Amino acid sequence: MQEEIFISGRHLPKIDPFLEIWHWQISTYLFLGGLSAGILFFAALFYLLGKENDMKATIKTATIIAPLALIIGLGTLFIDLSHKLYFWRLYTTVRITSPMSWGAWVLLLITPLSILWVLSYSTEIFPSLNLKFSWLKNFQSFLIKNRKLMAIALIPLSIILGVYTGILLSAFNARPLWNNAILGPLFLTSGLSTGAASILLFSKSHFERKIMSKIDLALIFIELFLITHMLMGMYAGSQVQLEAMQILVSGDYTVMFFVFVIILGLLIPAVLELTELIGFKVPIIIPSLLVLMGGLIFRIVMINAGQLTRYLY
Amino acid sequence: MRYAMVIDTLKCVGCSDCVVACQTENNVPIGYCRDWITETVDGSYPKVDIELKSERCNHCNNAPCVRCCPTGASHIVEGGIVLVTADECIGCGACIESCPYDARYQHPDGYVDKCTFCHHRIEKGELPACVSVCPTKCMCFGDLDDPNSQVSNLLKERKYKVLAPEAGTSPNIYYLIK
Repeated sequence: MQEEIFISGRHLPKIDPFLEIWHWQISTYLFLGGLSAGILFFAALFYLLGKENDMKATIKTATIIAPLALIIGLGTLFIDLSHKLYFWRLYTTVRITSPMSWGAWVLLLITPLSILWVLSYSTEIFPSLNLKFSWLKNFQSFLIKNRKLMAIALIPLSIILGVYTGILLSAFNARPLWNNAILGPLFLTSGLSTGAASILLFSKSHFERKIMSKIDLALIFIELFLITHMLMGMYAGSQVQLEAMQILVSGDYTVMFFVFVIILGLLIPAVLELTELIGFKVPIIIPSLLVLMGGLIFRIVMINAGQLTRYLY
Repeated sequence: MRYAMVIDTLKCVGCSDCVVACQTENNVPIGYCRDWITETVDGSYPKVDIELKSERCNHCNNAPCVRCCPTGASHIVEGGIVLVTADECIGCGACIESCPYDARYQHPDGYVDKCTFCHHRIEKGELPACVSVCPTKCMCFGDLDDPNSQVSNLLKERKYKVLAPEAGTSPNIYYLIK
């Protein structure tokens, strides 16, 4: 018995024959959101641990990426909307059941907060910068006084931002590839790892690099563990989840997933960081850029492959 | 009040009259549709079984589109009908991603659109356009909470199925299969 299904009278743009509602805008945003979440989390954490003088890149210089990444990410999100002029509707309501609503509100808080954080360190990040207006100087000293408060607020906000990029996808029970609870922690770990990698790019002190590469290494192993967990969950799942897993392990996105995400994005940087920690000289830029590339491609794979998975037809 | 549609797959001939009636009634833009026909072929001639049915939004009891909507544009009204308020919709696509039936689309004007069970007609006491034109009378629309309604009786008497029950949506379009 062979079963075939024909659908007549339907060829919806961007939906048939397979879903193409979300494109590069969403994967770019998920990447940039996770990256900023990672950077802001480490900045706030090490500030609260009193490492201001030892971890200059983490707390000061690298944080300029966060507001830039968030603003670009918000830009790509806006481009993705098809009813753009109504975007303000996000802020007329709070929808507890919708992760996207959570994300919109968190972004509204964390984006200005990240700008204020950078502003409070602006004279240290750019020594030649001269704040011309006295009110700006006053404002900066006000920010410097309240850094601790900002750091305390940034920790939960950055964690929510990092987790939400994954929960956003796992809330869609119609897409079996996304519909697993591990995606939230997985995207948070990946975001923290890309954050740590970009801090490494900025860091000049040996002490700081050592701490951050240790953290990055730990995060890479956690990420590998969570990815294995995700695949195992699908392997033991229902028919639609098995089909979803096939796309990753023996389908259209296998090469992209295993070569670019697992091998180049996780295993090789882990080996390189490990050899550096043992004492060999490895230019830190290589593992850092590989981790960043892996993080971006991981999100592209998840967005594109997820939209191929469905229940019917 | 719990509106539902019961569709007899044994009577449906797949003529697409419901599709055209819906497009005309609701001014659906060209190239789009709110309902469609699926044809499931089992086996090959002479041992062949073909199931025809008209599909649309299932107006689920546990509607994932309503749950995922960040603005509340997708909402449930009296009778369990899932509707979209166009000027609250931002076109983020979350509801389209969340629908296991792929029953929603982005209107060329940007907002998300879908079957409304012809809400404007029901309010006047009329049947949805698709049901009213069906030449084989294979579609039946009514209130499931009323134990004496035609839909309730059909579900009591006949064997039925719903689409993708495993998605956990608790849909309200029933297909009579025997």
